[in-house]
Amino acid sequence: MTTKLLTALLLGTSILGSAGLAHAEDVTLNIESWRGDDLSIWKDKLIPAFEAKNPGIKVVFAPSAPTEYDAALGAKLAAGSAGDLITCRPFDKSLELFKKGNLADLSSLPGMENFSPVAKSAWQTDDGKSSFCVPMASVIHGFIYNKDAFDKLGIKVPETRDEFFAALDKIKADGTYIPMAMGTKDLWEAATMGYQNIGPNYWKGEDGRAALIKGEQKLTDKDWVAPYEELAKWKPYLGDGFEAQTYPDSQNLFTLGRAAIYPAGSWEIGLFNTQAQFKMGAFPPPVEKAGDTCYISDHTDIGMGLNAASKHADAAKTFLSWVASADFATIYANALPGFFSLNSAPVKMEDPLAQEFVSWRGKCKSTIRSTYQILSRGTPNLENETWVESANVINGTDTPEAAAKKLQTGLDSWYKPAK
Amino acid sequence: MAAPTRPKRPFRWHIAVFLAPAVLVYTAIMILPLAGTLQLSLFRNVDQSQVFVGLGNFRTLFGDPNWSVNFWNALRNNVWFFIIHMLVQNPVGVLLAALLSSPKLRFSAFYRTAIFVPTILSFVIVGFAWKLILSPLWGVAPHLLDFVGLKSLFTPWLGKEQYALTALSLVSVWQFIGIPMMLIYAALLSIPDEVIEAAECDGITGMAQFWKIKLPLILPSIGIISILTFVGNFNAFDLIYTAQGALAGPNYSTDILGTFLYRAFFGFQLQVGDPNMGATIATIMFLIILGGVCVYLFLIQTRLRRYQF
Repeated sequence: MTTKLLTALLLGTSILGSAGLAHAEDVTLNIESWRGDDLSIWKDKLIPAFEAKNPGIKVVFAPSAPTEYDAALGAKLAAGSAGDLITCRPFDKSLELFKKGNLADLSSLPGMENFSPVAKSAWQTDDGKSSFCVPMASVIHGFIYNKDAFDKLGIKVPETRDEFFAALDKIKADGTYIPMAMGTKDLWEAATMGYQNIGPNYWKGEDGRAALIKGEQKLTDKDWVAPYEELAKWKPYLGDGFEAQTYPDSQNLFTLGRAAIYPAGSWEIGLFNTQAQFKMGAFPPPVEKAGDTCYISDHTDIGMGLNAASKHADAAKTFLSWVASADFATIYANALPGFFSLNSAPVKMEDPLAQEFVSWRGKCKSTIRSTYQILSRGTPNLENETWVESANVINGTDTPEAAAKKLQTGLDSWYKPAK
Repeated sequence: MAAPTRPKRPFRWHIAVFLAPAVLVYTAIMILPLAGTLQLSLFRNVDQSQVFVGLGNFRTLFGDPNWSVNFWNALRNNVWFFIIHMLVQNPVGVLLAALLSSPKLRFSAFYRTAIFVPTILSFVIVGFAWKLILSPLWGVAPHLLDFVGLKSLFTPWLGKEQYALTALSLVSVWQFIGIPMMLIYAALLSIPDEVIEAAECDGITGMAQFWKIKLPLILPSIGIISILTFVGNFNAFDLIYTAQGALAGPNYSTDILGTFLYRAFFGFQLQVGDPNMGATIATIMFLIILGGVCVYLFLIQTRLRRYQF
């Protein structure tokens, strides 16, 4: 068995080796990534599109398992065997690589001007001076709803909070559907789909987030406690036993048509499209009164950087400029509905649900999750604590004020904002 | 000690040669990592380089409320986890073994196998299966309770702070009950028939026979099982991790030392791993287990009476 495998491997390398000889002048770029799911999209769509335009550069997409990615990448970078292009996790993990000198500075890369400051914030030094990864995609939060259920009950898509709760009351009174599919068992649903979803409307998106980082606002301020107060009101609308309902449970509840509203991240679109047998729609987090500016969480999730030790830096930069182009954005966003290009150029997407999500960028202001940049570097970790406290608030074990106070106390213990 | 007058004995190389493989393997995979962990716990990462801080990490662990609150919570939970095992797993294990060793029981081989099977299942399977069984949405638990008219007793146990840890302890008991059962069963079988017959001649039968004759004879086995349970429980991690995730929710109510160590050492989500603090926690776990084992070895085991047949 082993011998066979070895022979196959040797044979494989010899073929690859001779293939390399045949195109001796070709440059081959390797991409490190944790997105094994995207292998076919890269192989069949993205790479051929790039290679057609740039003869002489070959690109190989070489993903590793998500849970092993960071460790494997670290080891490869240390050993000097890492690929030329590195898929970047947002925030501190990539920042650390940049500080160690593993990622090259891309601030002056042609194409970077296509991205807004919010889009670039995930891959910048704290002062915002150097960027080191090209933003590839973000995920948007909102609510996906069962259109058939809304039609049947005669509910129109809520725009304000009052309408939202009126709709929930109506669904609950009817009894056919669970008003909202969310559980607190896995904790992060409560924080990510709950707090970070509805929060930006209260803390005014980037303004509040920046003020929090500067220390001008506290998590105990009204704007930061209010989302918890709303979350606490969600409790009666969740399904029976939501305390033990896991994330896949919530997904299934919704796609089986048993729940009417799903607090969502746009990454669900792909899965929901294949599983749900009913029409779906989406709406952004409701605002206080009609006409208020709306804010959405448009969270930067994935980017691509250049290995500082790459032998083919020029070819790699050509590739990265292409990643920053509208061409790439169109192919990527359509192949992976729900992962939205961060490119400022509007991207035409086929999927109606994805279109709905991305249309909010036009009317609402984008922000990223409040806990991700800078604020989750210390102990206790603000993001983890936010998970726990958001679940506590919904479960009713902590009041909104108590939860906010715990978070702020934890943050104060290590974070001293620069004045 | 080597007196020059004594005829020199040749060094017995074969002893070293025969010991070498075991010593080398044990050193490489047990002693070195352990020493490495202890060493790691004395250092701290300052500006990308390891700096010796003595017992500084331990001071942080016990003195800084950000760490100590979590630590004591984890330790408390771990003790409760252990207590449930000692109160449920071991007595029930003894009971099952006693029932199994009864000559009147039919299908005992079947029961023995059935009860032992969960022990060989992977934690991932057990954690996942029980999560499904207890699920308020698709689980069989609410339906079964409904069937006997006790639906009102059902709550989402794994999601409630006050029940989650006990529920998981019982799942762990369910999984591992086969081990005390098998060990006690073997001990019961090794009791010679003459002893039993002599007891019967003296008129000691039934329950009295178990309490007065069999139990004293299997006490050393119960002692071993207790210490195995202790070591296993304070090293536990997998079940909590698969069932509740690394944050051991809700509200850290199922956080035990293993999950606390995992988060500290490897990090979680945005929390960056801190190998030094992780090693500090691992060292404390090692000391707790070492302490427990020593108490058992020096205080309890030496006082257990052994019977030779």
